[in-house]
Amino acid sequence: MSDVAWIDAALTAARPQALGALLRYFRDLDTAEEAFQEACLRALKNWPVNGPPRDPAAWLILVGRNVALDEKRRLNRHEPLPAEELVSDLGDAEASLIERLDSTHYRDDLLRLLFICCHPELPATQQIALALRLVSGLSVKEIGRAFLVSESAMEQRITRAKRRVAEAEIPFETPGAPERAERLAAVAAMIYLLFNEGYSASGGTVHVRVPLCEEAIRLARLLLRLFPSEPEIMGLAALLLLQHARAPARLDADGAIVLLEDQDRGRWNRAMIAEGLALVDKAVRHRRPGPYLVQAAIAAVHAHAPRFEDTDWAEIDLLYATLERLQPSPVVTLNRAVAASKVRGPAAALAMIEPLAAPLSGYFHFFGVKGALLMQLGRGEEARVAFDRAIALANTTAEAAHIRLHLDRLMKDSQPA
Amino acid sequence: MNGGRTSKGRENAVLYAILCYHDEAEVGAWPKAKDDAVIAKRRLVTDKLAANGKLGPVARLMPTTAATTVRSGREPVVIDGPFAETKEQLLGFYVVDCAALEEAIETARQMGREESGMFEVRPIRYFAPGSGAT
Repeated sequence: MSDVAWIDAALTAARPQALGALLRYFRDLDTAEEAFQEACLRALKNWPVNGPPRDPAAWLILVGRNVALDEKRRLNRHEPLPAEELVSDLGDAEASLIERLDSTHYRDDLLRLLFICCHPELPATQQIALALRLVSGLSVKEIGRAFLVSESAMEQRITRAKRRVAEAEIPFETPGAPERAERLAAVAAMIYLLFNEGYSASGGTVHVRVPLCEEAIRLARLLLRLFPSEPEIMGLAALLLLQHARAPARLDADGAIVLLEDQDRGRWNRAMIAEGLALVDKAVRHRRPGPYLVQAAIAAVHAHAPRFEDTDWAEIDLLYATLERLQPSPVVTLNRAVAASKVRGPAAALAMIEPLAAPLSGYFHFFGVKGALLMQLGRGEEARVAFDRAIALANTTAEAAHIRLHLDRLMKDSQPA
Repeated sequence: MNGGRTSKGRENAVLYAILCYHDEAEVGAWPKAKDDAVIAKRRLVTDKLAANGKLGPVARLMPTTAATTVRSGREPVVIDGPFAETKEQLLGFYVVDCAALEEAIETARQMGREESGMFEVRPIRYFAPGSGAT
């Protein structure tokens, strides 16, 4: 790896902690960001010469803080602070400086940084964009590309979101246990949104946006390192890993959706599956199932099946029943109906989804599932109506194309042999 | 590799564990291409060792978030996560058969060329090659 490459990776890895600590010092997002930027520039100049610091995050915090204080002092005509060369060696001086940085703040700094992105008044896409900018350090251009909007449009969106956050007053007090749990839940939800944004693109022609999914996994692992014994965070990380493991098999060469039943399981990412299953195993020991863990357990059942025919649908049906209890929602019931159709047949499943017609009247997947069940029952004409509705509601061309496949099959079946 | 100090008549050959430490947050931030490149680069070194029958087990560990720690005692305690919070984490290891420490250090140096992590070269006191697990 070249100097620039490893420095880049080190800066990316250190960013959340360093920016979080600088935010605590300066209590102002813009100042903290500028200080961090300046520290990164100095790292690019200094590290190739003096070698990597033992703790890059501590180095960046220290230098960033000095730079910003120096700037303030310069404005106030005070003495400058020593240059960063003096704090960059690997000796005892740095070790004691790190001590002074107070590592106990680390967890709350990071959680705060993640949490301010989850302001409840911000729409989901703005929460995600802000997290990608602040925590992940993606450029505005990269984020714009991920959301299929122009750089200037994304710049505006992020600026608006930041202003909103600043107006809302960032919570700087050290959180108590209930606040911490609340923040953790909000951050987990945001990471899940980010993953879904990548997993099932909300618009346009690209169905799976891998970098967003990978970023979500990175943030989930980060969160889990902060809260290593939270079964729901294990569940979240496991869920994302198990879902993303299937990404290489989800689309064919032409970008069309390949259903779970038709996927080449040899293309699933085994390393991700193994890690996801390990996390589910750990989480289950706590005997406190939450929605993320149950969903991860469902994904784990699929991962365990060598072929689609081997899927333990009865287990999936049970897990969805648990999820319905924990987090009742028509979408969960819809998913349970799919499992139920394998266990108890399409008629029973159709009866389960009848009551969902009103709440899910604008939901693509409802009509996709309904059409498929009707098709299995040989009710071709009704199936066609449901599929037409699904196409009208499709979010991406891949979704629409997939439903058209069903329609083509119907057409073929209805023709005399 | 037969795990003994007397393998192939070289009385002084010692088994070393080369333990790989790195900030897993940093390694986790590598794009896949970079990760693949690091592995490929190390393979150049280990393939040579393997060809000479000097490479033992090699393991890459899952992130410490997947770890569980069991603290033994009168009432063993099971804790989620790695046993210690450290800046660098143990991410994997190689077992190599070297004539002397210098050779083991040279191997680690070659494996780590252009990387930013650390290798701990640790002589092995007892080695059982195992039987089933792959």
